[in-house]
Parts: sequence; C-alpha cells; structure tokens
Amino acid sequence: MSLWIRLFNVFRNERLSREISEELESHLSEAEERGRDPEEARRAFGSRLRIAEQSFDMRVLPRLDSLRADTIFGWRQLRKHKVASAAAILSLGLAMGASISTFRLIDALLLRPMPVANPERLYAMFTLGYDPGGHFRLGESNEYPQFQLMRAAVKQDAELIAASWGERIELTYGSDQEIEKAHRQFVSGWMFESFGLKPALGRLFTESDDEKPHAHPYAVLSYDYWTRRFGQDPKVLGRSFHMDNDLYQIVGVAPQGFTGTEPGTMTDIFLPTMMYAGVTHDDWGWIRTFVYMRPDGSVTAVRDRLQAVFHAVQSERAKGFVGFPKTRLEKFLSQRILVLPASGGLSYIRQEYSQPLKVLAILVGLVLLIACVNVASLLTGQGAARAREMALRVSIGAGRGRLTQLVLVESTVLAALASSVGALFAWWSAPYVVGHINPADDPARLALPADWRIVGFSLALTIGVAFLFGVFPALRASATQPVSALKGGDDPSARRRLMQGLIAAQVGFCCVVLFVAGLLTKSFDRMTNQPTGFSSERLLALDVEARPSQPPIFWNQVLEHLREPPGVERVAIAGWPLLSGFGSNGFVSVNGSPASDRLAYFLNVSPGWLETMKIPLVDGRDFRPDDVYPGGAIVNEAFAKEYFDGANPVGREFERGKMRLQIVGLVHNARYRNMREPITPTAYIPFRSGSNEPVYNATLVVRTISENPLSLADMLRREVPRARTEFRVSNIRTQAEINESQSIRERLLANLALFFAGVALLLAGMGLYGVLDYSVLQRRREIAIRIAVGASAGRIAKTVMSRTSAMVACGAAFGAGFGLLAARYVSTLLYEVKPNDPTVLVRSLFAMIVISSIASIVPVTRAVTIEPLAVLKVE
Amino acid sequence: MPKTDSLQGSLDLLVLKILSRRPGLHGYAIMTAIQEISSDVLRAEEGSLYPALHRMEEAGCIRAKWVTKENGRRARIYELTARGEQQLASEEERWHAVTAAVNRVLRMA
Repeated sequence: MSLWIRLFNVFRNERLSREISEELESHLSEAEERGRDPEEARRAFGSRLRIAEQSFDMRVLPRLDSLRADTIFGWRQLRKHKVASAAAILSLGLAMGASISTFRLIDALLLRPMPVANPERLYAMFTLGYDPGGHFRLGESNEYPQFQLMRAAVKQDAELIAASWGERIELTYGSDQEIEKAHRQFVSGWMFESFGLKPALGRLFTESDDEKPHAHPYAVLSYDYWTRRFGQDPKVLGRSFHMDNDLYQIVGVAPQGFTGTEPGTMTDIFLPTMMYAGVTHDDWGWIRTFVYMRPDGSVTAVRDRLQAVFHAVQSERAKGFVGFPKTRLEKFLSQRILVLPASGGLSYIRQEYSQPLKVLAILVGLVLLIACVNVASLLTGQGAARAREMALRVSIGAGRGRLTQLVLVESTVLAALASSVGALFAWWSAPYVVGHINPADDPARLALPADWRIVGFSLALTIGVAFLFGVFPALRASATQPVSALKGGDDPSARRRLMQGLIAAQVGFCCVVLFVAGLLTKSFDRMTNQPTGFSSERLLALDVEARPSQPPIFWNQVLEHLREPPGVERVAIAGWPLLSGFGSNGFVSVNGSPASDRLAYFLNVSPGWLETMKIPLVDGRDFRPDDVYPGGAIVNEAFAKEYFDGANPVGREFERGKMRLQIVGLVHNARYRNMREPITPTAYIPFRSGSNEPVYNATLVVRTISENPLSLADMLRREVPRARTEFRVSNIRTQAEINESQSIRERLLANLALFFAGVALLLAGMGLYGVLDYSVLQRRREIAIRIAVGASAGRIAKTVMSRTSAMVACGAAFGAGFGLLAARYVSTLLYEVKPNDPTVLVRSLFAMIVISSIASIVPVTRAVTIEPLAVLKVE
Repeated sequence: MPKTDSLQGSLDLLVLKILSRRPGLHGYAIMTAIQEISSDVLRAEEGSLYPALHRMEEAGCIRAKWVTKENGRRARIYELTARGEQQLASEEERWHAVTAAVNRVLRMA
C-alpha cells in the first residue's frame, strides 16, 4: 500500500471504521445464509468491537505511531543539543520570518488585486514619452476636460474612471479649533457601481453625484475610517464637516476592504471629482484614469481611441506654448498612450517600492539559504555522531524509507518550530517596515491581511525549508552501511567534505548579501552627506494657510510679528521649503530666443530669505522690501552657467514666458527640489507680486536660537493667528526632517540591507565555527600524533585551517562574481555609486575574512592545545 | 507478530495459499475453505481472521475490494498482490524447512 493511501487512511478514520464493521457484519450474515444458528455464529465470532478495534489498529496505527515516535524522537534530539538547536531555530526563524514578511509586503503592494468585481478587467491609462521638461517617462496624470472627451470616445468598450491622487488634508467636524487630518480621494461618481461595490451603510455615489462642478458636497467614508474615527456609529450618516471652505455631508460608508485605488495609502474620505476645482482646468493634471473594460471590449480599440483624443488635445495645447524649443515640441507631441493592467491599483509607493522590495526579497532569500545551509551542516555534524545509531536501526531491520522519514520528521519539527518564531517576527516586522515608508507624521498604510495567501506561503516555506536542509542528512542516513559504521565509521572525511562544500556555498551567499548591502549603504551615505548649499541647523518650516487668501502685505505683517518672540533669530517667507519636492519651472529665454532646452526652477522668496537659509551671495544684492514680481531676480551659479555661459549675469535680463526679469544678484548653488537630481538652474523671485494678488499658502522659515528648534513650535503655532486671524499654521517641520524625508526609501533599504548583512555574517560565522569544531573533534587523534612528534602550533593551525580556508576563499570568489552580477540589477537604486564599486567589494570581502578568523579562533586554539597523551590514552 | 491465531503462526500462510489458488474470496469463504480442505482439522478462529487479513493488506501482500453479491449485500473480497506471491513462496519454503526439521527430530529422537 502506498504512502499516500496510508496517509489518507489516517484522515479517513470514520469511513475506515464503518468499512470494518460492515465487513464483519457481512461475515455474520454469510454464516446465517449458510444455515448456521445466528447465536452460535455470534458466539464463535467473539466480540465484534474488539475485532474491529484490532483491525483498525492494524491498518492505521503503524503509520501514525511511527510518525508520533519520530516526532518525539526528533524533539528529544533537538533538546539533547539545546544550544545548537536554539541557535538553529532562532536563525532559521529569523530568516523565515523575514521571508514571510517580505512576501506579505510584496503581496499587499504588488500582487493582490483590489477587492472589486472582476479586477482582471481593470486597466489604467499611461502616457509614454517626453514631458515638457524633456524627461522620458511613463506618465499617469490626466486633465479632467480631456478625461471627459476620452470617456465619451471609448464608451462602447470600456468605462473610464477618474481618481485623484490620495491627499492628506485638514477638516473639522466642529469649530476651526478642532482641526484633524484625513486622507481624501476624489473619485468618479460611477466608480462604486462600476466596481460592483455595495455600501456598508447609507449609500454610495452614483453618476448623478458627479455632474456639475462644485454642486455635490457629499462624502463617502471608508469602512476603516468609519471604524477608527466613529467606532462604526450608524448615526454618522447626515453629519457634516468643513474642508477647503466647503461643507460636506456624509451619505454612506464604503464596504470593508476597499481602501481606495492607491496601495500604500488608505483613503478615509471619498468625494465626487466634481468637487475639486481642477475639473474645469485643462492644464491641471490631477487624476489617474482607470479603464474598466466591458466584458467584450477590446483593449486595442480603447487604446487607439484614447490616442486619437490625446493627440488632438495635445496639438491644440502646443499652440499656446511660448518660448518652447522646437525639438522639445516635437518630442512632446510624440507621446504615446498605453493601456496597462492595473488590477492592484496604482500608487507612487507601489512604483517607488516595487524594485526595492524585489531586491529585498533576493537578500532575504539568500539569508534564508544561509540559514538552511547552517542547519544542514548542523544536522550533518550531528548525523556523524548518530551514524552508529542509524547503523543499528538498519541492522535490526529498519527500511531505508523509514530512516529517511525519521530524519525528515526531525527536520520538519525543527522547521515548524522555526516557522513559529518566524510567524511572530513577520507579524511584527511587516507593519514596522510599512510604518517607515513615509515621513513619520504621515506613515504609509497598507492593508496586510493574514489570509490563506500568507498562510499558504508560510506552510509551503516551512515544508520547502525542511526538505532543503533535511534532504542531505536524510539521504546520508538512508545510505548508512551498517557494517562499516558499526566497525567505527565509514569514510569520515566524506562527511567533512560535504560540510566544507556547504561552507563554500554559505560564504558565497554571504558575500553577495554583504556586497549589495554595502552598495545600498554607500549610496544612502552619498545621498545624505552631499552638501545642500544651505544650512538646515535650527531651522523650522511653518506651512501657513490664509483663509481666505490674503495679499502679500498681510503675509508681511505675520512675518514681522514672528520676529519679536524670544528664541527667534531670523524669519523669512518662501513659496515652499527647499527639498520639499515641490517645484515650479519654465523655459528661459535671453533676448527673445530660447537660451537652452533645460528648464529653470523658480521660487518666490521674501527679502532676508537668503540670509535666513544661509545661502551666500556671490555678487549683487538681496531683494529689498520694494522689489516686486515681475522685476528683479536672484539666480544661482548653475543658472549663470546654463544661460549665460558662466559669465556674471548681474544686471542682465531674461524672459520667463512673457515676463521680463532683471538679475539683481548671484548666489551659490543650493539644492531645490530633491537630493537625487543634479543642481537645477534656479531663479529666486520676489514673494510680493506687483498686482498684490492674494496668496493662499506659503512657508515661513524660522531660524531659532535654541538648539532644538521644535521647542518653539507650539509658541509659533499660537503666534501666527495672533498676528492676523485669517492665518493659521497647518504644519510645522524642521528643515532637517524635510531633508531626511528625501532619502526615506534609501534609508529604509540601506537599514534593512545592513540588518540582513549582519544576520548573514553571523550565520556564516556560526556555520564556519561548527564545521571547524567538528573537524577538530574528528581529527583529534591525528592532531595528537602530530603534536606528539613535535609539530609546531603554527603547523597544527595550518593543518586544521587549510581545507576550510580554501573553501572560504572559493566561496568568496564565487560570491564576489555573483555579487557583481547581482549589483547590476540594483544599479537603478544607487545614487552616485557604481554597481562595481571596488571599495565596497573589498570591504565586504574583508568583513568575510574578519568573521572567518573570529569563527576559527576557538576551534584552532582547541586543536593547538590538545594534550597528546590524554587523547591517545583514551583512544 | 501478534499471537492472535490458533494456527501457530501459519494462518498467514494458509490464507495466502488459498487466495493464490482461488482469488476473490471474502472472509467467510476463506474461513470455510481452510476448514473444508483440511477436512475440519484446521479451524481458523473466526474473530482472528479479520485482523490478520487487514494486517496483510496493510503490509501490501493482499489487496481488497468491495463487490455486491446477488442478494444485494456488499462483501469485501481479497486477492494476492505480487508481493503476496513472494511472501507466499518464502513462507512456504520456511514451512517446509521447519516441518522437515521437526520430522527429522521426531524420527531420530
């Protein structure tokens, strides 16, 4: 009977019992048919219950029993070597936990479809080509008027759904004093219906909620937000809140599980697209376009129609471009439309983190392999000690299959224990990593359900891992030759050779992990340590809003007011903080003709801003209170280099669109938008405009006297509305925090990679120690003889180390080779670091050598200090 | 090997032999066959036959299937497997060796 049928029998107890009693019953009826007295037959037969039990045991127990016995035996084996087992379980658990955790993240961010009807029919529209800035990219944004044209054009084949970028905004359910924050997303009214979503409470939007601009002040809450904010109170229907000077009414709650269309951000409040000012602007790209195919619709047909509309709109738009280089224009018009599957939704985080997560998965996989190798060599080493036990089992009649089962059950016990450690680790670590994806005040939120996908992965991982490290020892065990083993061991060096091969593999994997981690760390280092061109010390950025928008002159009053409190050194106003990711750009012409096809960046600043930021003036002057826009401009050195061939531009003029500006000052370069791109040509222009146009929001930068600028935060927050009641602070950050948020991804990746590199080193060190220790133990007779005949300590050390160091060297060489190959794959994640950076390579090899030396100190010392007499006497 | 049969360890041999000659018997028929062929000398204890059958089935010497008889009742019938035939051959050999040895002892002593 095959193993499967037996296993099956274990699980079909009830049926088996029924069959047995039916067979016994049929025996008795047979007896009756043949004319025997039923009573006599029954007596002759004996207790049916007892027979049935015996039969049942015959058929089920042997298998169950052996499994149980093997499990108990495996557990005892583990307990016999407490320290080694604990180390194996912990290291394996860590590696497995990391794997499960990585899978959870990848699944949640990249694989899992959104909880909508027929997610496979969901696509999204992209533009591929050059944006006005001349960057080749896959664009996602769309303008609403164009979206409406497109929707009408593809009506037959697909429904188009608009969804804005998720945004964290302020709202209040009561007075202005009770401002809170929530994530909102504007979506097409027909989205819920198209997606087949049913309300958890109240109603969801329909097409009629999204018809006229600014006419549908209704909101649908997400289930998660309803739960967190309102404790699932059904009375939430009909409540209203203020947001953006509008009063919205809550009409319903979306079904559980639907958290918007952006994995990584959970939408709290859904609003109809018509409530966003952008619906009437044909130059505001603020929505993503989802394409929900009809069952019989053709994706190609949809693409072609979208392309036609897109081209017509773009050509029309290009007519309005002023000062636009011709080549740039052609590139701009050659953009293509793509319609790609988007069943999982679209988000910045998904885009930004898909490759890092894959790199992480590879690192984690390598660490898992290292851990498996460790356990395999641990088991092989123990197997040596158990060779006699195995031989004994074979000689008293245990089959090969039985021995294989014994060893595999042992490794499964180990893997199961490790996977429970791993499950704990994964339970904690996946949300921890997600929590570090965005700046601390607005962390990414990702639904991380622990459902059958995760459980299935973990189970498969456990079984896979058990086989991976169990199969070598199991094969060795089943190949035991009783005669040679009982006589004192077969070829002991065969086992050692296997272990040394494993060491080479382990060192190789470890080198790859070290190298990649080294590259990522160096890249992060480069990124954070490069000069910004301004000083972030003791600098606060206050994002301030005015309701309603206020003319610059009142902004100036607020500025003057903030100069007074103690602790404030300097204050100035800018459109937004440097390095916040924001930017405004345009083409620059000199004397009426395009000066370059590179874009210049602009930033509105008040007088004194340069001094507050500590950006040194090279020539010319700072703005004066009477400077207005358009008028004077202060440019950086990159600007002078790009448009004036590096000559001192002070006093010269340039045009931005139709505005003519005169350069009054030249300053040193400072980073503007982000840390990644090269320094941009930048022009600073006066905050005050000539027309005194009201400003809705701006940033007040405050240089404090105190070393901890945040200690002034509360005071400043109170002082702003005191200056003028229309103003309030919406956010306070230190400039240092803003700078750091530029490299969050790099920091996270570098930290995780370093962590895994540490684990890999530790595991490889443990593995090496185990192998050396084993080989010293096994060769102690030989070593004792060598010492007895006068070998020096150095010679002994060399004997012990030679084969193993050759293996380490071999593994390191392979590791370096694979590392160089693998590094090419991460090159897009690197900043100013080449994927074949030699110093990183040397450093990782050096780390490997150091850890190998540390791991060999104890075994080598033990070998050198062997007392020949004692050893040889015992033998 | 559990001592559940009164045939001193030879029940397996008899069952295998009978099934090799007449495949497709159910438990009761095996029992009566042993009785009839041995002219009522050997009698398998009815209760111990089934555990023995199930043990041999588990060991892969015989296999079973359910059939429906003419009277509509279901019966579980057995037949020999390839391993069973090997087992039968070696058991038979062993039996002959043992009986020959026993006979020799009886003659010589």
